[in-house]
Amino acid sequence: MSLSATTAPPSNVTPPGSEPPRRRGFLLNRLDLKYSPYLYIAPFFLIFGIFGLYPMLRTAWMSLHDWDMIGDQTFIGLDNYAALIKDDYFWNALYNTFGIFALSTIPQLLLALFLANLLNSTLLRAKTFFRLAIFIPNVVSVAAVAIVFGMLFQREFGLINWVLSFVGVDNIDWDGQRWSSWTAIATMVNWRWVGYNTLILLAGMQAIPKDLYEAASIDGAGPWRQFWQITVPMVRPTLIFVIILSTIGGMQLFTEPLLFANGSILGGNQREFQTLAMYMYEKGIENLNTAGYGAAVAWAIFLIIALMSLLNFLLVRRSAK
Amino acid sequence: MSLTTRRTRLAAGALAAVTAVGGLAACGSDDSNTGEGGKPAKLVVDTFGEFGYDELVKQYEQETGIKIELRKTAQLGEYRPKLVRYLATGKGAADVTALEEGILNEFKANPRNWVDLNPLVEDHSKEFLPWKWELGKAPDGRLIGLPTDVGSLAVCYRKDLFQAAGLPTERDQVSALWPDWNGFHQAGKKYKDATGKAFIDSITAVSNGVLFQQGSDLFYDKENNIIADSSPAVKAAWDTATSMSDISAKAATWSPEWSGGFKQGTFAATFCPSWMLGIVADNSGEANKGKWDVAAVPGGGGNWGGSWLAVPEQSAHQKEAAKLAEFLTKATSQVDAFKLKGPLPTNLEALKDEAFLSYTNEYFSDAPTGKIFGESVAKIEPVHLGPKHQAVKENALEPALRSFENGQANKDKAWEQFVKDAAIQGAF
Repeated sequence: MSLSATTAPPSNVTPPGSEPPRRRGFLLNRLDLKYSPYLYIAPFFLIFGIFGLYPMLRTAWMSLHDWDMIGDQTFIGLDNYAALIKDDYFWNALYNTFGIFALSTIPQLLLALFLANLLNSTLLRAKTFFRLAIFIPNVVSVAAVAIVFGMLFQREFGLINWVLSFVGVDNIDWDGQRWSSWTAIATMVNWRWVGYNTLILLAGMQAIPKDLYEAASIDGAGPWRQFWQITVPMVRPTLIFVIILSTIGGMQLFTEPLLFANGSILGGNQREFQTLAMYMYEKGIENLNTAGYGAAVAWAIFLIIALMSLLNFLLVRRSAK
Repeated sequence: MSLTTRRTRLAAGALAAVTAVGGLAACGSDDSNTGEGGKPAKLVVDTFGEFGYDELVKQYEQETGIKIELRKTAQLGEYRPKLVRYLATGKGAADVTALEEGILNEFKANPRNWVDLNPLVEDHSKEFLPWKWELGKAPDGRLIGLPTDVGSLAVCYRKDLFQAAGLPTERDQVSALWPDWNGFHQAGKKYKDATGKAFIDSITAVSNGVLFQQGSDLFYDKENNIIADSSPAVKAAWDTATSMSDISAKAATWSPEWSGGFKQGTFAATFCPSWMLGIVADNSGEANKGKWDVAAVPGGGGNWGGSWLAVPEQSAHQKEAAKLAEFLTKATSQVDAFKLKGPLPTNLEALKDEAFLSYTNEYFSDAPTGKIFGESVAKIEPVHLGPKHQAVKENALEPALRSFENGQANKDKAWEQFVKDAAIQGAF
């Protein structure tokens, strides 16, 4: 402290020699303030540029070509997109994707909302245990899930057909019809993602002030009424987030149906459960000389996800008012 | 070429940028793993199904000191997309890459992806089945692949199940049951009447059997125009296959129902190209050893599958890879591979080798598989497979047949499905 009197002069008394470095320091300081935030966020944007933006633009460029993966490429403009609109199998894949999406997302979110509410209950003991337990399915590799469920849903030696046989149901050929294959795939998706969505919704519920519930209790509202009139409206922003996430996941569904079809990219003998992502892979990689067309399918998926997200957002926001 | 190098450079640039930014990719591993004396430290071999190379590569490692990594993929359907990815990105392909007959043509269509083996190996042109050797050449005369095996056909059948159904069990008597496909169908019906169980695994297996014994154009004509809807060979396969749905277990090849069916005995017979023997044995397990046997295929020989070994242009050790391919396809190696997993030799010397001809397969009730398959090789008539043969077979013909087999479509609807899909899958 005693040194400070000699080394740090008061601001109004400036020693002649120290002015230029101070100005330089000031300048650096200003530059620092102005530009260093950009430097801090730069890594993300660089990586995004390389692994996110560049592939997207490259895909867009590919979609304008007749592109052979290991051969030649010719520019054909929007021909791939024109062909896409007339392609039965593209619409079939879109139909399947929406079907499986509806079968998985709706029950999944309802169940997640219900479970989150249970986990949020003040009466529950060993909360941490249950919260961890519910998340475990999400940690399991998707391929393992698909293989195990594929075994369960087998025609000849599958556990589910075996159980059903006790109530007199004949062996169901699970991958033989639309409804059964969609159900089997949606079951895999639900099993894996219910816990994940539950935890996100639970986080949203924890942010709801407790006095709202206390006040409602005093007014004589039961738990059911509290759930619908306090919890659900208050978690709406979280719900939007969860719905958008599920939409993106649902539109990109690939591994489960692929493994369910024993690795056949067609998704069933008559493409009963071929999803958009599988169709993209079939055209873009399996068929190797139609990679440009596959790229067009990829962009179509992107546009559909963007549209769906917007629609979800608008719908949920509207109903909030 | 220019495309590949440009892509490689781009990828390298991207990698460098990432390394600079986040140190994420700390080490871009170097491909040139050169060992002592300019020899590569390691060569990679890519195969699918069962090539029977496990012992051979160990032997080669000891002889040369080069480490061999044998990468096996179970099914061709998984193998092909991986290969496409390696070629498209210019990275990742094995030094020695197996190419199956059904996909060979589409890869031959871009011969610059493959090394011309002519200057790298000695002249082996007289040592192999002539038609097999010719197919390994690209249209421009470059030698792309050295022949490995052919898929001469036979029928694998369960003796114990045949006995239970009152059918003969001796392989000569069994062969005599079905001089033609109608005889085969009758035997199947007898089996089904006696046991109530299915006789064959699936009708697509029948269709493969019939298709590959035609010895004429299949899905494409010689000018590579798709003729799937008018080809007599395809029609014959279609008619024979669809007629047999009454004796089929409806177990799609490679499905869990299929591989489980071998153990459970849900079917009593299946069609066995030589390379399938190893797969039948693996699926059936040690418990069923000695219960299987091998009989002749109805209607004479046929060729289902068979492969070549090629060296991708991107291999860092083309010369050594070519030497390894040469080693794996020489007569003694082909005999050893046959003994281990069943792929049938294409090397003329191997086909005359006493060790091959006298070989009996212990798993299949000591069936003289060397003699059975060796005799049928001479009867194989080469067929012309077009550029997208495999895609038409797997993604058009077989799904349509299964639609019919599973009752999802009647015969006409299923044929319509096939014609539509063949046009889509076959376009090149």
